[in-house]
Amino acid sequence: MKKILVLAGLLTMSVPVHAHHGNASVENKTVVMKGTVTEWLWTNPHTFLKFDVKDDGGNVTHWTAEWNNPSTLVNFGFTARTFKAGEQVTVTLSGVAKSGAPIGRLKSVLLPDGTLMTEDESVGK
Amino acid sequence: MRRLILLSTIVCLAVGVAARAQQVQAPVHVDGWGKPVPEKPKDYKPGPAPKHDLSGIWEPAQGWRAGVQATGARDFPSDRTHTLPFTPLGEQTWRSHKPGFGVTAVEIQYNNDPFNICDPIGAPRIMLFSLRGLQITQTPKQVLLLYQNSQVWRNVWTDGRQLPKEFDEPRWYGYSVGRWTDDYTFVATTRGLDERTWIDNAGRPHSDQLTIEETFHRVNADIIELTLTIDDPKMYTQKWTALNKFRLGLLPDSFDIREQLCSPSEAANYNTTQAEAVKK
Repeated sequence: MKKILVLAGLLTMSVPVHAHHGNASVENKTVVMKGTVTEWLWTNPHTFLKFDVKDDGGNVTHWTAEWNNPSTLVNFGFTARTFKAGEQVTVTLSGVAKSGAPIGRLKSVLLPDGTLMTEDESVGK
Repeated sequence: MRRLILLSTIVCLAVGVAARAQQVQAPVHVDGWGKPVPEKPKDYKPGPAPKHDLSGIWEPAQGWRAGVQATGARDFPSDRTHTLPFTPLGEQTWRSHKPGFGVTAVEIQYNNDPFNICDPIGAPRIMLFSLRGLQITQTPKQVLLLYQNSQVWRNVWTDGRQLPKEFDEPRWYGYSVGRWTDDYTFVATTRGLDERTWIDNAGRPHSDQLTIEETFHRVNADIIELTLTIDDPKMYTQKWTALNKFRLGLLPDSFDIREQLCSPSEAANYNTTQAEAVKK
């Protein structure tokens, strides 16, 4: 977990809208980490990216991070095949579980080919 | 001067490398088959509104997700400035609802939104939460509303029938009748609604006495203005307007409305994952 770079503890950033479940369980802060994709779930009401992060001691943390629903993400170039198991990616979270569980909300993912997958919250409103 | 040129070159190269390193796709609005929605020419002018005709494929004109309405009905969101005229029963029922958004939002483990387990979203919430693609079709006796959200439809009878005074079998989407009040304005009235649904994403309640009135005004060939009012004397002391001239824009007739279903197994997976998030 040492590799996790906390860019800012609490940011005055826009809170992403996540369907009807709300954001009360999430602490808004930006966290950046490198990991290996284990699964990309293209599901409603939200998509999930699962990835493993290894710390300096070789310990692996299994992260699960949610993103918006497919109806929104398709407008930003996402598909059900955007992420593949085994890919090395750089994940930026916009929030993490207040409880400290390895669960977060996605802001962007940098793919191995240099493509930055992200959702512009201001588009389409 | 040479130093300045050298420095500029280095900066340009660095910016160029950075730009190549992170390529972000420009957003493109696509339909269910992944086809981009063509943008209209700058000098485009919509044609006149056809008479007695709402048919077409529509979505919020301001933007494809302008109908999300996460914090409640667009023109009466749950915030510090909008206060609904609750009756005591209405206030009590609202407080028993635990939404994820609005002034009464709770953490997910306390959220009792019926849509969490894919109970039908119902009317009027189908218009007041995640209103996206909407296809309207007319027959000689009905106006049919086909929604992207939940892939459900509502039928509004136009054959002259009247709504009954009592309903033995309340329905998630109620019973609807409609009429043209002028060449371009269609008014639908809906009653007989199942009390288990919420009015909007902020948990506003309704009773079996709810009457929904929807006015679809065709402004021109490309725009419908939708106004939706809530009248429920058990829950509210007066009528209130949930949508006021909300603009729907016409899409090309080749636009495929994508699937957006609430799958119980996927929702259960989501709820389980989120439950993990709040474990101490």
